[in-house]
Formats: sequence, structure tokens, C-alpha cells
Amino acid sequence: MSSRCNLRFLIPGLALLLGGVPSVLAVWPQPQQIRNSAERYSLSARAFLFKHADVSAVRSGCDVLDQAFTRYFTLIFPESGGGGTGGAHNRYFWTEADPFTVEVNVAEGPCDGYPAEGSIENYKLTVSPGQAVLTSVTVWGALRGLESLSQLVEQDDYGAYYINKTEIEDFPRFQFRGLLLDTSRHYLPLQAILKTLDAMAYSKLNVFHWHIVDDPSFPYQSRKYPDLSKKGAYHPFTHIYTQTDVRRVIEHARLRGIRVLAEFDSPGHTQSWGNGQPSLLTPCYRGDVPSGTYGPVNPILDSTYVFMANLLKEVTSVFPDSYIHLGGDEVDFSCWKSNPDIKAFMKKMGFGSDFTKLESFYMQNIVNISTMLNRSSVVWQDVFDYHEIIPKDTVLEIWKGLPEEYQKELSRITKAGHRVLLSAPWYINHISYGQDWRNSYTVQPQNFSGTEEQKKLVIGGEVCMWGEYVDATNLSPRLWPRACAAAERLWSDEVQTSSVDQAFPRLTDFRCRLLRRGIQAEPLYVGHCKNEYQGI
Amino acid sequence: MAAMGALLKFGALLLAAVAACVAWEDGDVWDYDGHKLKDSDFLALWPLPQKVQSSAVSFQLSASRFQFTHAEGSSAGSDCSILQNAFRRYFDYIFGFTKKDRDQRRRNAAGSEVLELQVAITSPDAECDGFPSLTSDESYELSVDQPSAVLKAPKVWGALRGLETFSQLVYEDAYGARNINKTGVSDFPRFAHRGVLLDSSRHYLPLKVILANLEAMAMNKYNVFHWHISDDQSFPYVSRMFPDLSQKGSYHPYTHVYTPADVKMVIEFARMRGIRVIAEFDTPGHTQSWGFGQKDLLTPCYTGSSPSGTYGPVNPILNTTYDFMAGFFKEISTVFPDAYVHLGGDEVDFSCWKSNPDIQKFMDQQGFGKDYSKLESFYIQRLLDIVSSTDKGYMVWQEVFDNGVKLKMDTLIHVWKGNEAQYQAEMARVTGAGYRTLLSTPWYLNRISYGQDWRDAYKADPCNFTGTDAQKKLVIGGEACLWGEYVDASNLTPRLWPRASAVAERLWSDQGVRDISDAYVRLVQHRCRMVERGIPAEPLFTGYCRHEYSGV
Repeated sequence: MSSRCNLRFLIPGLALLLGGVPSVLAVWPQPQQIRNSAERYSLSARAFLFKHADVSAVRSGCDVLDQAFTRYFTLIFPESGGGGTGGAHNRYFWTEADPFTVEVNVAEGPCDGYPAEGSIENYKLTVSPGQAVLTSVTVWGALRGLESLSQLVEQDDYGAYYINKTEIEDFPRFQFRGLLLDTSRHYLPLQAILKTLDAMAYSKLNVFHWHIVDDPSFPYQSRKYPDLSKKGAYHPFTHIYTQTDVRRVIEHARLRGIRVLAEFDSPGHTQSWGNGQPSLLTPCYRGDVPSGTYGPVNPILDSTYVFMANLLKEVTSVFPDSYIHLGGDEVDFSCWKSNPDIKAFMKKMGFGSDFTKLESFYMQNIVNISTMLNRSSVVWQDVFDYHEIIPKDTVLEIWKGLPEEYQKELSRITKAGHRVLLSAPWYINHISYGQDWRNSYTVQPQNFSGTEEQKKLVIGGEVCMWGEYVDATNLSPRLWPRACAAAERLWSDEVQTSSVDQAFPRLTDFRCRLLRRGIQAEPLYVGHCKNEYQGI
Repeated sequence: MAAMGALLKFGALLLAAVAACVAWEDGDVWDYDGHKLKDSDFLALWPLPQKVQSSAVSFQLSASRFQFTHAEGSSAGSDCSILQNAFRRYFDYIFGFTKKDRDQRRRNAAGSEVLELQVAITSPDAECDGFPSLTSDESYELSVDQPSAVLKAPKVWGALRGLETFSQLVYEDAYGARNINKTGVSDFPRFAHRGVLLDSSRHYLPLKVILANLEAMAMNKYNVFHWHISDDQSFPYVSRMFPDLSQKGSYHPYTHVYTPADVKMVIEFARMRGIRVIAEFDTPGHTQSWGFGQKDLLTPCYTGSSPSGTYGPVNPILNTTYDFMAGFFKEISTVFPDAYVHLGGDEVDFSCWKSNPDIQKFMDQQGFGKDYSKLESFYIQRLLDIVSSTDKGYMVWQEVFDNGVKLKMDTLIHVWKGNEAQYQAEMARVTGAGYRTLLSTPWYLNRISYGQDWRDAYKADPCNFTGTDAQKKLVIGGEACLWGEYVDASNLTPRLWPRASAVAERLWSDQGVRDISDAYVRLVQHRCRMVERGIPAEPLFTGYCRHEYSGV
């Protein structure tokens, strides 16, 4: 009945049986260097301790690490119910002889900052009898190391915890490993966002790209322009993000070493802005009269730029990251074309009938505003495609096309000296039957024709979960573990992780681990997890 | 935006309508002023009832005053647990679990409130203590007026469907108060068999997930839970007679099994919602997991002249096989009360049988030559005899028919293969041979794609094939199938709903209900209603629900 060809479906099953990768190796994403042996040490929640090394630049009182200790204690010993704390000075643990000690040695402070472009995430982890030593340059690296450590802990058939003798030296292949959520097409309750951040940390993703507004709704509650969400959200009270919500997201992310990159996409994708900001959008015309509909942001009015400057000023004060995403994609010119004032402006500026020049004009102004606000801009590839003059430090994000097309675009953009992010192969809102994570996994972000210098301009990539068909009901199982495939591609060494079949059993393990941690991650194929998802 | 838009549109249209009565016409919906209404002018009734008369006159419902009552003369009373449980369930749905009046002070003038829904079971035997069956009467008539609304149904099964419709008629006004419009509904299902298949072998499904989906099925007037309980990958059913089957054949003998108590709970939970539970124990293929707990049941495969150590389908040449099946299906016939059991019979791989010298010898003895489908028929026929002796009817997948197995005329043939042209030809062949049939091919909802694939499911119709009226009458319905290769508790519910709702309307509503843009508007609201009732039904497209899913 199930229309499946038996042979075809035996193959993954076989991989599961023959893959034979011991589960102790199942750190996801695969560390750059990992050596482990069969020697194992038993662990007990009653005799387990995190502590700061004497020489560490970071001491207790560092909330990023203190909270991470608490978090990872519960992740390592889920049955402890979170009652214990991993706090460095908790005497509870000393009821048994020698506790297993995880000593964390961070070379540089501070720990009250934000993860940023260039934050060093390298770490070294050595697990030996009675102790694990975790060394990193920054607290962000320590977070990555704690994640790896937690994944090394296994439970035997009797429920006893153990860890194998292990040495890891690890660092990310790309510094920008993002995940995009779209809170405009469907509103995502705060809880769904926070949960996603948790799972991102488990996969060592480090940028949350918050596509917060778009045509359908404007849920960001602006201090300066409250009408934007009051009139542009699906509901002015229940379907918005208050300033407190936003702060909570940023702090939750910071504690996990995740940057929050806000996107305020313009001049297209702004229908919802128009409800709360009269005269921001271009009035479309039918013949000589306004048709009553509106197009992209009106680029010919000074008031537009005053508004945008004010809004972006607020946004940069709310979102601490040094980057801001300005969108710039998919601008529909038909409304601009219909509007006599726009046409007059085009003439005056000598743009002829090339509306891409008008778009360029607008984007340049917006990029300049963000530069003045001390922010680097990220924009979608469209902005580059229109040959706009953009500051060199602007990052282009590639989202279009098949491999041969995005590879060409990678060549072109890096040749022009711009840094680039790759998203085109990771639009995982697109679903299909079967194991489509395999396609995500086999992407080679630096496989395009170009010099070594050009390759270095690829700073990373993003998994995108656009919201047309996704809301709180199905977001998590659609994201996880599918996003993990890109997470490994962006973190791990490409040669070491070139085999998708070898990845399969590790990812199968990892998805069970995600379930155990309360992340609603869907199955890769037939089989089971010891602890199945307990919700519906 | 769509959800709210449609709600507003509905309100406006109702206000425009004027109260006056018009005769019903088949398959159409009229307002009291004789205007033919579009389906979406209704409050997202799903699946759309056969006949609805609506009016602009609205009444309030108060959580502190509203009651469900047994009408005088009803053959069901307060000892009817199906109805008593349904009353509680629908009270919760209607009043959104708040149970508090938000509208005490702005109560309308006297007489504008529905104080009760009287439920009258009109036939002498309400079937309160029975199980639903293929021939259960699910029809009902609902008349909403003040101060009493009346729901009449010959049996409790129809009353359950009517309660669902009643709850769907209730809407929340801007003040959060519950309202319902003067309405008349006369309704019955187009098809008697409206099923959902869940596969608990490829992935184990915790009980909670099965129960939640039974809830969702009731919201969509489904009436059959086809429980594909075992398959190659695992055998989670705990057999009293053969406990080793699950002890050795499940993913885990304690955490990944269905105990007799679990099975009982599923059956009772389903019964309370008018849903039949048809268990499938698929043989002779799809039985790898059976082999762990039942020695010699499966055929040993050979490489050359020695056993390879692997096993194929059930071994059809041993008497012990049939002794086992007789014992096993005797147990099944007592555990599952439904009159039908699904015997599978699909996708038998002959290569192992071909490799086995004993099987070859048997083939020669029986004069089967090299035609292994004859061996399959041999097995199936003996199995059918065994099951017949337990007084059960059976369902089988289409291959059993295709392979020419001799079948009793009351066998139900389940069509699942092919493209549209192929399954339509199969429906014609099966019904041409006089068998009753049900369709699943276009409703393999485990197959996903980007976008609104519910539309394809909605457009398919089980009666679209070339055949006489008599043949069409042999179509008893269909099933939405959610096979488990890529589905477990983590993603099952949002993958199934509201996509299975599309199938539900095709199977319940009149054949003429086909306007897909109208269906879209209603389905958007229906999915929000499911979300509000705690079912994480995924969105159809961009938009929002007033109450988003909060179970993250």
C-alpha cells in the first residue's frame, strides 16, 4: 500500500546498520579534529562540577557562562529535572568523593558583550579521567565547547551516564552561520522563536536573521512609530513584538552566542508599512487617477528618507548587532511606472525608463543612512544585480537560482570585492517527499570559479524558513533536523564531511538528542528514538 | 488576513439577508429569502452539510445558562455515555474552555438567547452502547432557534455529527461573546466509509498522538481509523496469545508497544466519537518484524543451496503458519469489535520464495508452475477462510483482487496504486466485478510537496470513473493515508491537518460541492478552529488565526 519501492528504501536502512559509527562520535556538527578512545568514565549528576580555571580571564558572575553551566547541566543530566545547578560553587555535588570536574579556561573577557562579527569561537576540549578541560579564547568559544561536551555524554542500557576519553580541537569553517525566520507572513509566538534559538545553539548556528516585517504584517512595535504595528500587524495586541519581547529575544540569543540580525526589507515587501505610515508607499495609478492601491516605498519624497532614518535609528538602538539587513529584493516596478510624479522624477534625474536606477537611488540612500548609523548593511543579491554603487563593506546575500546560477553569482559578487552569504540552496521552506536534507548537506559554498581571495569573501550562509506555509503549528518539525544539514556544512571541514551517507547515522542520533531536549525534530527515516516526542 | 476577512464578509452577508423560508433543493444552500448562497457565506462549516438554511437572526449563548438536554421522547437519556461525554466535549469547544460569561451585562433583550440544545434520538434503539459500523445511520437534522435548538437523529452517531455542526455554527463576536444564527441543517454523509490511516510500525506513535488525531477526525466527521499497526519495521501490538511478537518485534518491548489496555482505550475513545477502528495486520509481505517473535513464520531465503540467514514473506507452505494465523486472528477478532479487519496483502516480493527449494517443490506439487502470484493466492485464500471463520469481514489492498484471489462478495477492495487514469480504471474493474471498493490513491498524504497540495486532494473524487450507476454505488468511500516513513509524533499532526480535512469534505459533502476558492475560505477558518481546539493544524497560506497555536 505504501507506494514505495522496497529496494530503494532498503538503502538508507542498510546505511543505518552498516554505518557503524559509534554513537560517541555523534557530535553535530562534526568538530574539525576529534580523537576519542574506548576508555570511558562514568558520570553522575551528584558528582559533576563546572568550574572556572584559576587562570581563566572569566570568573563566576559571568552570566553567559553561569547560565550555560546551568543549562548544560540539565542537558547532560536530563533526569535531574533541572533541579541541580551547574553553578561553580554548589556544594551539593560534593557529597560523593571526587566530582568529575569540567574546568573552563577562557583567555579573554569580557562576558557581558554581544557576539559579533569576528568573535572567535575556537575551543579545545580534553576529556580525561575525572575531568574535562575546556579552553577557549572567548566565552563564545566556551559555549561551543560546552555544546560539544554535552553531546559526548551518553547513557548506557542501565541509564548510567558516561563520557569517553576525547580530545577535540574545533573552530568554525565560516564565521556567519545563520537561520532566517519570517514573522510577517505568519506571526510566530515568542516561545517559538526562543525554542528555535535553543536548537540553533545545539547546532552551533550563530546568527538569527529576523525577517521581522514584510507585506502581510508589521509585528514590530516601534517606539517612534507605534502606528506601524497598531495598524499593520495582524492584531495590534496579540500579534506583535513589544520592545520587551525583542529585548528578550536578543538576550536569549546573546546567552547562546547568537547574533540577532534584524531585517527591515524595503522598498518592496512593505505593503503592511503603509497602513500605519501614510504617504510612505507609492500611490499606483490607473490612467490619470490613483487606483487606491499602493506599491513599493515612494523613493522620491524627502519625507520617506526622514522616516527611514528615524526608523533605522531606532532599530539600531534596539538591535545591538553591527549589521542590519536592508532587504532590497523583488521590487515590482509596475506601480512606479504608473505614477506620474515618479515619472517626472525619473526624467529629472536622467534615469530614462530604467527603474532599476530608481531602485538603486533608493537603496543607496538607505545604505548611506545605515552607514551613518555605524552599521554594515546586508542586502539581497538584487541590489548587486542592479549595479548599484554600494559601500565595499556591504554584504550581499544570494538567494536565487540553481547551483550553476548561484555559483556564477558568487563569482561575480566576490570578484567585485564584496563579502557574500549563501542562502539559495537552503530555502528549506521548500519541502518535498523524502530525505531532502541530503541536498542541503552536499552544498559546496566555495565551489565556484574564483581566486583564493574571492573564496575568502564567502563569510557563510543562512538557512531560510520563509513563512508562507509555516507558523507555530509546524515550524519546529520543518526546521529540525533539516537545518542541521546546513549547520554542519557551515561549521565543519568540507572534506571530512563529504559523505552524506556517513552523516546519516550521526544526524539520526542527533535528531533523537534534539527530541530529548524538547525540540520537536522530525524523523529522517523509519526507526525510533529512546525518548519519543511527548507532545502532539 | 484571510481568516478575519472571511469572518467579516460572513457577518455582512448575514445582515443583508432577510428571514423567509424556502424549500430545500438537493445539494444547494439557500437563505431564508430564496437567494442561493455561496458556501463560504456560512460560518466555515466543514465538511459542508448537505443542506443548510441560514438567517441573519442571531442569538446569544451564555456559558452559565446554556445546556445540552435530552429531548422528551428521545430514546437516549442521561445514561447514554456517548452523548454525555459529547456534551462535555462540545461545551468546551463552544465556550473556549473559559466557561465564564463575558457578556453578563450586555445581554440582549429577552428571547434572543439559545438556552438549550435538545437532542432527540428518534429511533427506538439509540445505539448508545454499541459500536459504529459500516451501516450506521449518521444523518441528523438541526434546527437552531430560540429559546431551544433541536437536534434530531435516528442514532447517536448522527447526533455526534450534528453536535459537531452545532459547535461550528457558534461564533465569537467582537466582545468575545458566543453567538449563533437561526439555522436549519439537514445532513447525512455521501459515503459510509471515511477513513484515516495511521502507520504505527515505521514509527511508533505514542497513544496521546493517536487520541489527538481521533479528536481531529471527529472535528472533520471522519468515521474510520484504519490502524496500520504492524509492518516490516516493528510489531508494537501486544498480543495476549503471542506476546513474543511485540516482546521481540517492537522497537522497544515496554516503551514502544500498545498494550491491551492501550488498544482498548483507543477503541473506546474512537467509539465515543463515532469512529470505527479497523486494525490492519498486513501479510504475507510487510512482516519482517513478525519473524523475531514467531519462529518459522517467515520464509528462509536462500543463496544458492544454503539459507542466507535472511527471511522473506510469511511461509505459505507450512501448516504451522496457518495454525498461528488462526490463533492470532481469533484473538484479533475479539480485541477489535469492528466487523471488518484489514488483511493487507500488498507488495509481496517473490524473490525469497523463488530462492527457497522447499517452496519450489511445493509450487511443483500444486501445479503453480512459475507463477508465484498463485502461491500468494493460495496463502490469501486460506487466510480469508480463517478470518471468515471468526465472523469478520475483510478489507484487502487491491493486489489481492488484481491477482485473482477468490474473494467473498462482501470483501472490500482498497485501491491505492497508480496515477489518476490507472486508479480510475481499477475502480471500474473492481466495481465491474461486483465488489465494493474504497479509494486512497490520491490521498497518500505522507507525500508532501511545497505549497497548497490540499487542492489536489480536494479535487479527486472516488466516483470519477467509467461505470454504471450500480457500479458507483459500490464505492463506499475512501481513506486518507499517512504512511510513517517520515512521520512520527514530532510532525504527524501538522502534516495530516488540515490536509486530511480536504479529503473529509470530499467524502462527506455532496458531490456538487467542488468550488475550491470557496473551500479555501472555509478551510482557513476550519483550521483555525482546530488550532483553537488544541490541534496543531498547519496553515494553508499566509495569514493568521485569532488564537495561534500555543503548544510550542
